[in-house]
Amino acid sequence: MTSTPGLNRTDSAVRIVSLYPDLLGTYGDGGNALVLSRRLEWRGIAVEHITVDAGAPVPDSADLYLVGGGEDGPQVQATRELELSQGLHRAVDKGAVVLAICAGMQILGHRFPDATGTSRSGLGLLDCETVRVNRPRAVGELLTTNARLTTPHGLIELGPLTGFENHAGRTIPGSNAVSFASVEVGEGNGDGSEGVVTGTVVGTYLHGPALARNPRLADALLEWIVGPTEMTPLDDSDVNALRTERIHAAREHELAPRRSWRDILRRS
Amino acid sequence: MTAAPAPAPASGQTVKIRPRARLAVLVGRTVAWASRVVRFGTGSVIGGRVSLLVDRNLLAELTGSRDVAIVSATNGKTTTTKLLSAALSSRQPVVSNWLGANMTPGIVAALAAANSTDTAVLEVDERWVDSVLRATNASTVVLLNLSRDQLDRTQEVRKLAEQWRNALTSTPPRTVIANADDPLVTWAALAAPSVTWIATGQEWTADAAGCPACSGRIDFVDTGWACTSCDLRRPRVDVFVEDDTISIAGRSFRSPLALPGRVNRVNAAFALAASSAMGTDLDAAFDALDNITEVAGRYRVADFNGTNIRLLLAKNPAGWHEALELLEGPSTPLVIAINARIADGHDPSWLWDVAYERVGNRLVIAIGERRHDLAVRFRYGNITHRVAESLEEALELVRQSPDFDPTVPVDVASNYTAFQDHLEKVGGVL
Repeated sequence: MTSTPGLNRTDSAVRIVSLYPDLLGTYGDGGNALVLSRRLEWRGIAVEHITVDAGAPVPDSADLYLVGGGEDGPQVQATRELELSQGLHRAVDKGAVVLAICAGMQILGHRFPDATGTSRSGLGLLDCETVRVNRPRAVGELLTTNARLTTPHGLIELGPLTGFENHAGRTIPGSNAVSFASVEVGEGNGDGSEGVVTGTVVGTYLHGPALARNPRLADALLEWIVGPTEMTPLDDSDVNALRTERIHAAREHELAPRRSWRDILRRS
Repeated sequence: MTAAPAPAPASGQTVKIRPRARLAVLVGRTVAWASRVVRFGTGSVIGGRVSLLVDRNLLAELTGSRDVAIVSATNGKTTTTKLLSAALSSRQPVVSNWLGANMTPGIVAALAAANSTDTAVLEVDERWVDSVLRATNASTVVLLNLSRDQLDRTQEVRKLAEQWRNALTSTPPRTVIANADDPLVTWAALAAPSVTWIATGQEWTADAAGCPACSGRIDFVDTGWACTSCDLRRPRVDVFVEDDTISIAGRSFRSPLALPGRVNRVNAAFALAASSAMGTDLDAAFDALDNITEVAGRYRVADFNGTNIRLLLAKNPAGWHEALELLEGPSTPLVIAINARIADGHDPSWLWDVAYERVGNRLVIAIGERRHDLAVRFRYGNITHRVAESLEEALELVRQSPDFDPTVPVDVASNYTAFQDHLEKVGGVL
């Protein structure tokens, strides 16, 4: 069963669930919930943010679910608990939007590698599979070409996506998945693309957090839920300054400003 | 002297240092001296590196005839090293690498410059505990905490806990002083034969939700913590920190520390417990602690271009959690600086794990190489903020603010390399 949430929402608050931040929250991904909440509040739209820790029941009636990145051990435990609860599965059936980051994206796919490299069953909510590849961990700025997301309200242009990636897997999208964009700098999925979208479930390797660095992606997810008419423009001058700087840094392959030999020796 | 008997070096000699080691020390000292002369720096690391090229077993050689304590943690290791050194100094000469050069080369350089029987208090990087413990056979190991830091390069904290556990298993020290409120540290320390457990009241638990022993879930309640799947739980504690009081060995000390904040009382408790385990009288140790007003520039109040500033260091979410205790309350503007160089970690996403909202209505000026990341964090925190290009420009904005109070030092809170930059501006380490 699917529905278009934006078209049949009532006037109640937008309900956002952060799933297991105690297990999957290593990379500041909790910031995505704050970004979404503020962008709704600033537009005068009521929002209810619910944090669900591991061990607690997963509600199936929220509008948007956030799953963050994490370490190998907790990643497996999160999968176990989500499989057991089935709350997220029911929510997706009802049309809820999901944003899953890095390890979160991997466990939402069909299969992913655990800490020992053994392939494990994922939740099957994203049509992709993650495998361990023989290359150094991808760590650094990740920049894409102009990205786009197709929602029931049409195709939304997201501009270049910018963030920081830190993962060892390669994610192979299936035939029921589309990516956001091509990778300009960095690794992304590992096949030259970045992002995996199946229906209302969106996965990405972008940390930073993703929605702090990419406000159009945040708004695209919100528009999916509240519809385009309520998405009034906001003052994004701070984030635009950050984006300009980070996009430049990624293109220059500049992780930190270069330092003189004298400076390096002084501190050694 | 209650120190452990010196381990016999491989050569079979006891105290006497091998000629090769003596040469290594001499060469290292010369290079360190040259480094200082040409004003490259303190020579605290480069001399050690060169010494180790001459004799790679030098650390074992240099610690063969002295008592050694190791202090490691994600946060607080420099301060605790300084406090423990002060506590032990009340009865014996102490050598320490308290300037923060905390890997083998820096440690070797510090030891090479000192008398060969001085007690050594060594700050050790989390990843180097195993090799330093093996080389030094330290009698006392102080383990404060483990939390996320430098996400892009340091191993996951769980793996660090495992390394610590293996290190304590293969080279058991006489005593471990460990944090009973940190499940990762507890699990590591349980491998040691004798542990003094400190109740730290640590509030930052976000990195320990998964059990290090079984990957189950750790339940945190008011009275402690326990794994819901295995029998790992908070051990019975020996030392408590409550408000202003440190309770140890049946006695209570009201903390008169000059260093501010709850976290420094915790650091002091570790230092007292360790110095006591190493044979120092508690009263003498305690008296030594309250004379310390700054640690390698942390908490320094200094004049900078006519404005009084106070330097604070906070480099990760757990560190900020403690630092914000000092920043909530006043209404005067403050400056926050974030860099993302190698020593800071290249990924400042952790800014979103810090509750900067606790500064309340204060104006915050964002500086440092990642000031725009800070500004975005503040924007979404509804925190009044401005962005400046430099400390000078930030203080100009502070002085223009109607909330500026010239009688109160302006807090400048920075992460690691930004802190070093600011410390240099006010005269460096004293």
